[in-house]
Amino acid sequence: MKLLIIAGPPSAGKTAVVRQIISRFNPVSRCAYLKIDVVRAFEDKELYDEFKIPTKKIYSGDVCPDHVGILVMKDAVNWAEDNNADILIVESAGLCLRCSPYTTQSLGIAVLSAISGTNSPLKMSAMLALSDLAVVTRVDLVSQAEKEVFRERIKEVGRDLDIVETNALCGTGLRYLFRAIENQPEIEDLDKVVLRGNPPLGVCTVCVGKKEIGWENHFGVIRKLDSGDFFFRGD
Amino acid sequence: MIYQSLRFIIVMHNSEIMEITVLPGKNRNGGTENFRQITIRPGDTISIVGPTGSGKSAFINDIEMFAHEDTVTKRTVLVNGKMPPEEFIRDPSKKPIAMITQNTKCLADLTVESFLDMHIKSRKLSDPFVIEKTISLANEFTGEKIRKEARMTSLSGGQTRSLMVADAIVVSDTPVILLDEIENAGIFKEKVIECLKTHNKALLFVTHDPLVSLLSERRIVMKNGAVSDIISPGDSEKEALSEVLRMDSAMSLLRERIRCGELIKSIPVL
Ligand SMILES: Nc1ncnc2c1ncn2[C@@H]1O[C@H](COP(=O)(O)OP(=O)(O)OP(=O)(O)O)[C@@H](O)[C@H]1O
Ligand SMILES: Nc1nc2c(ncn2[C@@H]2O[C@H](COP(=O)(O)OP(=O)(O)O)[C@@H](O)[C@H]2O)c(=O)[nH]1
Ligand SMILES: [Mg+2]
Ligand SMILES: [Mg+2]
Ligand SMILES: [Zn+2]
Repeated sequence: MKLLIIAGPPSAGKTAVVRQIISRFNPVSRCAYLKIDVVRAFEDKELYDEFKIPTKKIYSGDVCPDHVGILVMKDAVNWAEDNNADILIVESAGLCLRCSPYTTQSLGIAVLSAISGTNSPLKMSAMLALSDLAVVTRVDLVSQAEKEVFRERIKEVGRDLDIVETNALCGTGLRYLFRAIENQPEIEDLDKVVLRGNPPLGVCTVCVGKKEIGWENHFGVIRKLDSGDFFFRGD
Repeated sequence: MIYQSLRFIIVMHNSEIMEITVLPGKNRNGGTENFRQITIRPGDTISIVGPTGSGKSAFINDIEMFAHEDTVTKRTVLVNGKMPPEEFIRDPSKKPIAMITQNTKCLADLTVESFLDMHIKSRKLSDPFVIEKTISLANEFTGEKIRKEARMTSLSGGQTRSLMVADAIVVSDTPVILLDEIENAGIFKEKVIECLKTHNKALLFVTHDPLVSLLSERRIVMKNGAVSDIISPGDSEKEALSEVLRMDSAMSLLRERIRCGELIKSIPVL
């Protein structure tokens, strides 16, 4: 089975891209879909209704969704394999732009919108730099020059990044994404799958829902305003 | 069937010989389009006409992205009779096409200067005066001057359009330029067309403007998402053209007077 991990800011067009992938590959290659989100997600139901493929969602609640994604990934691969899937598509919530949910033995796809501002590739550099391929959506809404400027900006983050520009509603231009998926090797050894990058410093008490402001009220990795260093405060 | 088989040769800056061919796709009902192929060369002027929603923008979008049966229209666009090399599509510095879309807003949060600078980088140019040249050309097309410190998002529709046209001519400098309704944003369209024609480029105008349509050598008529006719008027529209030219300059004069805040009590007979 092949594993595709799709990340990107909310409303970037991740699900629109997933739809195009499913339309292209399913049912010759059976697709399964997992959505990881914080509080609400509808994609699993929508994609099930539309394509009748195995879908699943998981809420991460108070914890960073990308961290939860890592915890459940192995179970998810087993679930998809039990459902005879040839391709497992994992859509992340992509809220924390410091995280990068891609693993080894997967195709890491970053989705970003051409109208999200010229600095957005820089803001999500962790998510972009560790991906294999960046899909730029909504190119139907910008001029060609703007599209080329946006491409240049992405290149600043990842020189060798494969960039695919699309109107994700129609699937225009996605032939290069499809080719990358065709060429993607299957998962070889699930026990050896690891996170590609270094996750941001460990989960702190804010991540698990402690709301008081001020470092005095927190444990784990914390910092003060005027000392740029992070330090560890045990419980 | 209209057998429109025009073969042309394009000499690019890198002196590669090139022709662009559009092969038919499907109309909105899935029926095959009514032409065999459309081929495009530099110095050629083509207008794309048809009612709103008939697929004019979709037609030039197909050319811009070298469609390969992967757009709504299922058309295929070839270069030299073959599938174009991938770099034509994916590397802006190799792309032989520039397109001015119908959008009159640029959402990039950059100044005019840094926008152009980044576009110059993506097109891999080295001429240090390109930014100045582009802005001053753009300023010939628009009434209100564009300053290089202005933010792209603060430009008016006409200023944005003028800048994009100038950018296509000076920065992109490609053998093929596609323009989607340049007449719309209130820019000086005569100046734009005049300037474009001096560069020996292939020009495709999507237009609702009678003058722009009649000034082109070929007219592609769109209907229901498909090409329904291709007209090469030759000299047969010559008389109409001179009449339209006269009417258009009268309208331009009138437009300028109204723009300047005049009260229009009479119109001089030309
Ligand atoms: N052959 C086709 N099959 C299916 N859909 C099509 C086809 N051609 C165009 N469309 C779709 O129809 C819609 C209108 O087309 P388009 O924007 O090209 O119209 P237009 O002629 O440029 O109109 P306007 O004058 O208002 O700009 C678009 O959503 C386009 O994707
Ligand atoms: N015009 C346009 N709209 C798009 C495109 N991609 C996505 N959208 C729209 O943007 C919205 C958010 O897309 P969605 O796929 O749900 O984003 P997600 O949150 O990243 O999964 C939806 O309304 C889509 O229809 C695109 O390429 N062009
Ligand atoms: Mg989604
Ligand atoms: Mg249009
Ligand atoms: Zn995180």
